[in-house]
Amino acid sequence: MTYLSIVALIPLAAVVARSLDGGMDSFWNSITSPQAVAALRITLIASVIVVVINALAGTLIAWVLVRDDFPGKGIVNSLIDLPFALPTIVAGLTLLAFYGPDSPVGINLAFTKASIVLALLFVTLPFVVRAVQPVLLELDTEMEQAAESLGASKRTVFLRIVLPNLTPAIIAGGGLAFARAVGEFGSLVLITGNIPFDTQAASVFIYSQVESDNSVGAAAVSVVLLLVALVVLLIFGWFSKRALRHEE
Amino acid sequence: MSIVVDSVSKRFGNFVALNDVSLEVRDGSLTALLGPSGGGKSTLLRVIAGLEQPDSGKVLIAGEDATFKPPQRRNVGFVFQHYAAFKHMTVSKNVAFGLTIRKRPKEEIEARVDELLKLVHLDGFAHRYPSQLSGGQRQRMALARALAVQPRVLLLDEPFGALDATVRKELRLWLRRLHDEVHVTTVFVTHDQAEAMEVAEQIVVLNRGDIEQIGSPRDLYEKPSNEFVMRFVGPVSELAGQWIRPHDVEILVEPTGGAAEAQVDRIVHLGFEVRVELSLGDGESTWVQATRAKVEELELTEGQIVWLRPEAEPVSV
Amino acid sequence: MKSKYALRFVALGYLALLLGIPVVLVFVNAFQDGVGAAWEAVTTPEAQHAFFLTMVMVGVAVPLNTIFGVLAALAIVRQRFRGRALLNAMVDLPFAVSPVVVGLALLLVYGRRDGWVGEWFAEHGIQVIFSTPGMILATIFVSLPFVVREVIPVLREIGTEQEQAAATLGAGGFQTFFRVTLPAIRWGVAYGIVLTTARALGEYGAVSVVSGKLSGQTETATLFVENRFQRFDETGAYAASVVLALLALVTLLAMNVLKPKEAQG
Repeated sequence: MTYLSIVALIPLAAVVARSLDGGMDSFWNSITSPQAVAALRITLIASVIVVVINALAGTLIAWVLVRDDFPGKGIVNSLIDLPFALPTIVAGLTLLAFYGPDSPVGINLAFTKASIVLALLFVTLPFVVRAVQPVLLELDTEMEQAAESLGASKRTVFLRIVLPNLTPAIIAGGGLAFARAVGEFGSLVLITGNIPFDTQAASVFIYSQVESDNSVGAAAVSVVLLLVALVVLLIFGWFSKRALRHEE
Repeated sequence: MSIVVDSVSKRFGNFVALNDVSLEVRDGSLTALLGPSGGGKSTLLRVIAGLEQPDSGKVLIAGEDATFKPPQRRNVGFVFQHYAAFKHMTVSKNVAFGLTIRKRPKEEIEARVDELLKLVHLDGFAHRYPSQLSGGQRQRMALARALAVQPRVLLLDEPFGALDATVRKELRLWLRRLHDEVHVTTVFVTHDQAEAMEVAEQIVVLNRGDIEQIGSPRDLYEKPSNEFVMRFVGPVSELAGQWIRPHDVEILVEPTGGAAEAQVDRIVHLGFEVRVELSLGDGESTWVQATRAKVEELELTEGQIVWLRPEAEPVSV
Repeated sequence: MKSKYALRFVALGYLALLLGIPVVLVFVNAFQDGVGAAWEAVTTPEAQHAFFLTMVMVGVAVPLNTIFGVLAALAIVRQRFRGRALLNAMVDLPFAVSPVVVGLALLLVYGRRDGWVGEWFAEHGIQVIFSTPGMILATIFVSLPFVVREVIPVLREIGTEQEQAAATLGAGGFQTFFRVTLPAIRWGVAYGIVLTTARALGEYGAVSVVSGKLSGQTETATLFVENRFQRFDETGAYAASVVLALLALVTLLAMNVLKPKEAQG
């Protein structure tokens, strides 16, 4: 507990304390400054888009990895974790190589809002896949056969039997992806260009405030990010638990 | 509706699950597929349901060729060993599933679900989730779910296999009575000969992908077509080189022509029945199933020398 | 059948566009001026120092977090004390905190100018921020939860029967831990260590805030990548990235070997 306090808790408390250094008014002013609002807005919008795409793509990838069979599946399966293992700054550089000004296919997304979504998709890829995969593996295929014998089409089986059983995992994975997305920094630094009021994400905004010695403003936006991440984790955790309540 | 299986074969890699199997199930009958595990009985049931495709041969349901019909369009009810309960739905939603996806009117669905839950004695459990039911209750729910769509045939794969002994016995009798009420053509898979004998009108014995015998429970017990069936449907002893039911051996206390000499090793009282274990002159051991009255009448004791001979018209192969 | 191939095509296509092709391009770009140029770029004194500093981060953060992780997991699973649930929740906190916020937090406690205890450290001649200790603290913070999270489920699963058996056979607390508990959880610990190492190697944001980015002094491998890129030395940036990517691939390999069986697809 002492170790945890020295390393994590006391410093976080310091952030909260600093954000309130100038009183509530100054806190409010800091987080409602136009640049802070723009940064928070683009971060939240991008994170929501990323969670939605992840829920779809992650479920699809998990499905293909569990139910399909093709040469090289084992390798693809291990590569899913690459975004966890790859340093974020390298992730940004990686995306820049293909989607930057020197793109071999001529797609230049660097310094656009789309680049934020792209970078966040890269770093959050494994969350939904890894949450859904084990559930899909454990899923009783006899349930699907029972539904088929009762006359359900493939589509109906997926929508009424498979999907409801995957939902808690999709929600849990989505929650983790969202929490990661709102705080992401390293992968955004190189590819987004950090243009204030345009492509500057909240974490990058905080960084710029620290650099320009506005620690109160940086701390205030940090507190907002912390709260968003915690609230999202709590809400998603609650939904995921609620959806699981009838399982054994 | 009747079911006809015509020369069906099915392999899984090198494993032959069904080897040119043919079978007829009468409309409204109750048939058991009996055999050891790996004998092909579950595969046969799944081929009838359309959950497996045969490599060759045909399946006819109610006279029409159903071999290449997907399970959705066969109108069969299938009950799984491990219930396959939709665990994210309540009991009534589970039972209603087949009707809901057919978009039947709400009132009709409700009425039918009520009726079925009464039939399987689960009225009052409609709003529970499967995780709140016992194994036996879950299996009855699965049965109601299969019956809801008024299937042409009802197929059950080891339906009582995952339940404990007491519940098994109860559900056996109950299935028999249910069949008398609903009269739907029913085929169930079991590896338990007592279960097959007690419930079914017709038993199909399957072993290593082949049908060994088809017949009534009594036929199978009294006129087994080979040693496998004889051993599978009841106890056997060996006497003078032939297989015989242990209750068809007569114990004599005086030497008689044609009877084999034996020494009583052990007398085990099992209530009404007494198991007498003996060793024959050639050192082989055997056993005889006798009644308590018989053992008392003969005043048998351990170590005594007796003579054994088959009763008149024994069942043997 | 057709839909099966369509799903496979879409899933693999998505992965190729997001993951596969870009990663391959990093290798291509690193070697665009030849292998020699790439080798030179990652063996300059600055580059060598950057990789050395990264190893120092890993060398300190991983052992400390491993010891803490095992102890915290034991406390959470095996002990009943007030605040156990709180500890359990707090351990995950670093997952929810942006790396930049981590850096800022450390700055506000240990910073010389306006940190809570920075002045005290400065008076005793210890510089935490813009120096190695601060960067180590940042690395520890972000890689804190991994060992705990991997060990807790293993501890739950093995239960206490083996430990009780050892106790009835006369083993003391320490003997029981080292002879029974630790061997039973060793794969969970190992998996946690691999994840901790990967995170410590790759941390950028938090370290970036507290480092001051003095090339050749407080520059780790990830900071080196950024620095080279900002100075238009693409070969240097991509070459260093290749080294880090190779380390990531080694990590993946280790993860696959150690991964609990049920999690494998």
